[in-house]
Amino acid sequence: MKKIIFNVIAFAFAAVSLSSCGYNSMVEKQEAVDEKWSQVQNVYQRRADLIPNLVAVVKGYAKHESQTLENVIAARARATQVTLDPDKLTPENIQKFQQAQDGLSTALGKLLMITENYPDLKANQNFLELQAQLEGTENRIAVERRSFNEAVKDYNTYIRKFPNNLTAGMFGFEKKAYFESQAGADKAPKIEF
Amino acid sequence: MTFHSIVKFFFACIIFCFAGTVHAEEEFPELPSPPRLVNDYAGFLKPGEVNALEQKLDAYNDSTSTQIVVVTRENIGDYEPSDYAQRLAQKWGVGQQGKNNGLLILAVKEPHGFFIATGYGMEGTLPDATLKRLFEEIIKPSFRAQNYYGGLDQVTDAIIQLMSGTYQADAKGGKASGNKAIFIFVLLVVLLAILSGLSKRGGGGSGGGGFLAGALLGSLGSGGFSSRGGYSGGSGGGFGGFGGGSFGGGGAGGSW
Repeated sequence: MKKIIFNVIAFAFAAVSLSSCGYNSMVEKQEAVDEKWSQVQNVYQRRADLIPNLVAVVKGYAKHESQTLENVIAARARATQVTLDPDKLTPENIQKFQQAQDGLSTALGKLLMITENYPDLKANQNFLELQAQLEGTENRIAVERRSFNEAVKDYNTYIRKFPNNLTAGMFGFEKKAYFESQAGADKAPKIEF
Repeated sequence: MTFHSIVKFFFACIIFCFAGTVHAEEEFPELPSPPRLVNDYAGFLKPGEVNALEQKLDAYNDSTSTQIVVVTRENIGDYEPSDYAQRLAQKWGVGQQGKNNGLLILAVKEPHGFFIATGYGMEGTLPDATLKRLFEEIIKPSFRAQNYYGGLDQVTDAIIQLMSGTYQADAKGGKASGNKAIFIFVLLVVLLAILSGLSKRGGGGSGGGGFLAGALLGSLGSGGFSSRGGYSGGSGGGFGGFGGGSFGGGGAGGSW
């Protein structure tokens, strides 16, 4: 009988001390990072989904720009290939992901530049709607990236504090990487049409 | 180091920390008190027009719990209107938590900027392309003619029409939440009874029981009712306050 009581007390003590070493909070914060990461991938996917329509509309008006259009399609293919599981958020992986997406941003930027030369295209209702959606998607990307970085910062700070760092080391909670912010990268890139 | 100098150093640190945060937050106005839906900081509207718009949006909030907020600013520093509108709406928590049915309409005087930011829950009914069209067709012409009230009045009417039927306000007084509170209260009483029985038998454990009960009561007070505060006060006349909605960068706008 005494042994059972002792066991119960020991278990309760272990539960309390684990939570005071932040194990449960670490799990919560890690989940938050994972969720934000899936949001980041969602908004990038959303942008990729817009591109076939955009290319189709532009093609109808700007037949001579096939090189630029092909570049966009190729960049989109590269960008959609790179997906990342949330438990592999190392600096190298994030950088790879970011490079692929930045490649698509550059290709898109060039495509939108050449649309300047086609007044008929710029008056097309479909194109106007796609343009508004694309702008909105860039805003969403900026917001989700920022909110992902905040979640990572919260998590990283937490697991590195004493005594949480001991628990984190014991249970394999590793530091996660941020999105690098290049000059003004946390603000939405300005798309001028 | 004397005790005094340590204390001084400590306070200096605190002041330094606060100085930093105050500076960073300066560009985003604090939550208006009492809470208002129409915040005409830049003076786009006449007082009567502010009231008319406020009444319309307050009534809409009462019936649907959807919060449409109008904010005007002289300038917004280096921010893009889209960025600024999202950050401000997120900071104020426009819309209800969970539903995320908030909308922030931002008009900027210098340089001429405009953005309608949608909460996560509004993105389905109000896609960016639709809002872009509202901006081009309603806001641009009326703002250029300096008919600011007309533009804001029409655009909110159009949004309300598009949104019709999407959200309904929860029953006032919150029957469900009342039941939940009673249930938690009963549970608490039972728990207290058990704990006090245990502590009598074991002796010396009463402090723990008291503390636990206190913590439970505290969590009941903060968790059970805080999210309700958003619109339960709405029936009394004025607008009750924001509900903690989230914004993901959706919306559209431009320069007028």
